[in-house]
Amino acid sequence: MPDLSRRRLLTGSVAIGCSAAASPLLTPVTLASAPGENRLVVIVLRGAMDGLDVVQPLGDAALTGLRPGFDIGEAGGAQDLDGYFALHGEAADLMPLWRAGELSFAHAVSTPYRDKRSHFDGQDLLENGGGDATGTLTEGRDGWLNRMLTLVPGTRSDTAIAVGRSQPLILSGSAPAGSWSPETDLDLSAQAELLLADLYASDPLFASAAETAIALSAGRDVPGGMSPAKAGQAVPLASFAAERLNEEARIAAFSIGGWDSHRRQKTVIRRPLRELTAALLTLKSELGRNWERTTVLAMTEFGRTARENGVAGTDHGTGGAMVMAGGALRGRRVHGDWPGLGEGDLYEDRDLRPTGDIRRYAAWTVRGLFGLERSEIERVVFPGVDLGANPKILS
Amino acid sequence: MALTERDLADIRWGYGLSPSGRSQGGTEAMLAALAPTDAAEGTPFPERAQLLRDFVEARRNARQQVDGAADAQKSAQAALRRQYFVDLRADLARAVGGGSPFRERLTAFWADHFAVRASSARLRVFAPDLVARAIRPHVGGRFPDMLLAVATHPAMLDYLDQSTSIGPGSQVGQRRGRGLNENLAREILELHTLGVDADYAQKDVREFAELLTGMTFDDAGFRFRAQIAEPGAETVLGTRYGGRRAEFGAVVDALVDLALRPDTARHLAGKLIEHFVGGPPERGHLDRVADAYLASDGDLAVTYRALLAGEAAWSPELRKVKTPFEFIVAGLRAFGVTADDVSKLRPRELTRTVLRPLAAMGQPYMMPPGPDGWSEDPGDWISASGLAARILWARETAGRFEARQTPARFLETTLGSGVTPEVARATRRAESRADALAIVLASPEFNRR
Repeated sequence: MPDLSRRRLLTGSVAIGCSAAASPLLTPVTLASAPGENRLVVIVLRGAMDGLDVVQPLGDAALTGLRPGFDIGEAGGAQDLDGYFALHGEAADLMPLWRAGELSFAHAVSTPYRDKRSHFDGQDLLENGGGDATGTLTEGRDGWLNRMLTLVPGTRSDTAIAVGRSQPLILSGSAPAGSWSPETDLDLSAQAELLLADLYASDPLFASAAETAIALSAGRDVPGGMSPAKAGQAVPLASFAAERLNEEARIAAFSIGGWDSHRRQKTVIRRPLRELTAALLTLKSELGRNWERTTVLAMTEFGRTARENGVAGTDHGTGGAMVMAGGALRGRRVHGDWPGLGEGDLYEDRDLRPTGDIRRYAAWTVRGLFGLERSEIERVVFPGVDLGANPKILS
Repeated sequence: MALTERDLADIRWGYGLSPSGRSQGGTEAMLAALAPTDAAEGTPFPERAQLLRDFVEARRNARQQVDGAADAQKSAQAALRRQYFVDLRADLARAVGGGSPFRERLTAFWADHFAVRASSARLRVFAPDLVARAIRPHVGGRFPDMLLAVATHPAMLDYLDQSTSIGPGSQVGQRRGRGLNENLAREILELHTLGVDADYAQKDVREFAELLTGMTFDDAGFRFRAQIAEPGAETVLGTRYGGRRAEFGAVVDALVDLALRPDTARHLAGKLIEHFVGGPPERGHLDRVADAYLASDGDLAVTYRALLAGEAAWSPELRKVKTPFEFIVAGLRAFGVTADDVSKLRPRELTRTVLRPLAAMGQPYMMPPGPDGWSEDPGDWISASGLAARILWARETAGRFEARQTPARFLETTLGSGVTPEVARATRRAESRADALAIVLASPEFNRR
């Protein structure tokens, strides 16, 4: 399977675009080379990953009471990390990375965005890297990775590449950056499938075809022998990113969606977690020796409610978790200042209280990888962020 | 909220709303936009014939393994392929950003009425010329003129075998013992004019086929060759056409008469209503449209006025679904894609964005199942695999445009007054921008018209 998809990637429509002004339908090709040997991969986890489920604070006595129906702790298959936190069982394949010091987390982190809890505003703010609690972006409405590129000496048009269907906001802006869309790409999220199924159910013409149509569009096998229209997964994205990072690219960004687990979280969270796990393992194996000089930041727009809701899911929250991986890490750590889940600890009596700014971790990462000045980072990349003391993410 | 007439003008009678907010207005504005005749355009027919001739020669040489023939064949093939994409680009650009969306929809309607399945190299290069030269200039004009232009166009003469139909009593027929092909004659009666339910007999088909002999084409275009035309008068539906010597004038007379028969009027009126409005026709509407057609001697603008005057024409109930081509055009318009953007698309992008998706949705480009054109039954388009392909296209295209769109605004500019609480809620609840945009495009609200 890896061989097959790899072949398709290499012979498929590989194209690296560079102009933000061109129509998204165009796929221009540019080529060049890059500065330094350090590499950064940013994965945007769209839909709000539930940090409390992925990095479970088992040491907090309040956890199980808040979430009686979830797969928690050893009984639910979770893997102990440091005696206090445990990793969700679906990501157990990442444990070798943890033991090798190539995996870390930051917990109870967030952007400055508060209270409205809109996916779109939250993701915009995360990718913009500036902004405020209301979700207003910086004046340029560009992405922090793109602004960072303007500071890295020797940056060329293929130094950074967005892998996926579009140039995400995080890499949009004045600095040239590539983008590439694989033939096989990510599906609609589970959440979007449910929403569409509801819409179709109310229209008789669409209702009869809907179930099979949605399954087909997601590349699942359906009864009757119809072949799936496509097989979607994050592996091709990670694989292509690795391929470019082994060549000229030093920065890559892509997205993994599917985290919006309003219903049946036990089931829903498995697919995106598997995708994330597979993406990280693919990056490690395909980057080879370059993995040693790579840092991966997997960031989400916000966390989810601490309490399980009435339909075995969770709703939009505030504080969440960030996943970090790579050979360049000083890993095996859960960074952050734990706010607790007990009575009075929760933000607005519902969400994990954010105690750290997620952008601070990203800021220290780019400082370490690309040697940027602290003042430049605070002024250009993450305006308004105080870097504070070094959290020592990298080795 | 029910759809406003202003939005219906663009959704039912055009190619959908766009963020520009421009509307083609109501009946009067739509009809006024048809008034200036659309000039024929695109690559002239003789150039197309030359492209084909080069290709056929190169292929023959390659088969006989003439030196250098393989390269010549490749370049001739590439030239044909270039022309195919030039035509597709022009077609798509007009649909996406033509000045009169109603005119573009009508052009597509008549192109389907006179469907040609482009299953050979010749038809792939000729068929777009039929639309450009035989249909487009007459869309706001008279149906008899359109019928005559189509029936004498090389693409139709080739597709329905007229160019190989030889009068048994003609010079050539007697010398070579070859004969009649009834295909075009039958389809003109059954599909293009009277309709299959009309009162005509095999004898009419036979004599009409004899009358049509002599119609053929060469590299310059249509040509009437008396040597293959059946001599003598022919009787079609009780009227005698032609005299002892075969003359093209007799064919013209017969086509014009057929075009103006009451059966033709009802057949065309029924098809127009079914295509644009759908459902069982409201009482009297079909009669009024057919009467307008007959009273004006086949003036299409007058006919459309009667069509647009029906109550169902502006009913907020959306009975039809967009065909795959309409869906893709409307989807591109929703993202603000312009004719100019389309004209810059390269073959690879057109293949990815238009050709492959069209095939997956069940409407491969220029390949209708037969001379009766594409299905008008919404159920045929919203099959499991057809709908799956729409969902995929929606997701794919939404993904490419997501960075430029705000879901709430996209919903507003794309569905206009057709936003329902259900689709608004689904859009709000989507976990990513791309999902939200895809839900709008995949929704029944967007797919219906």
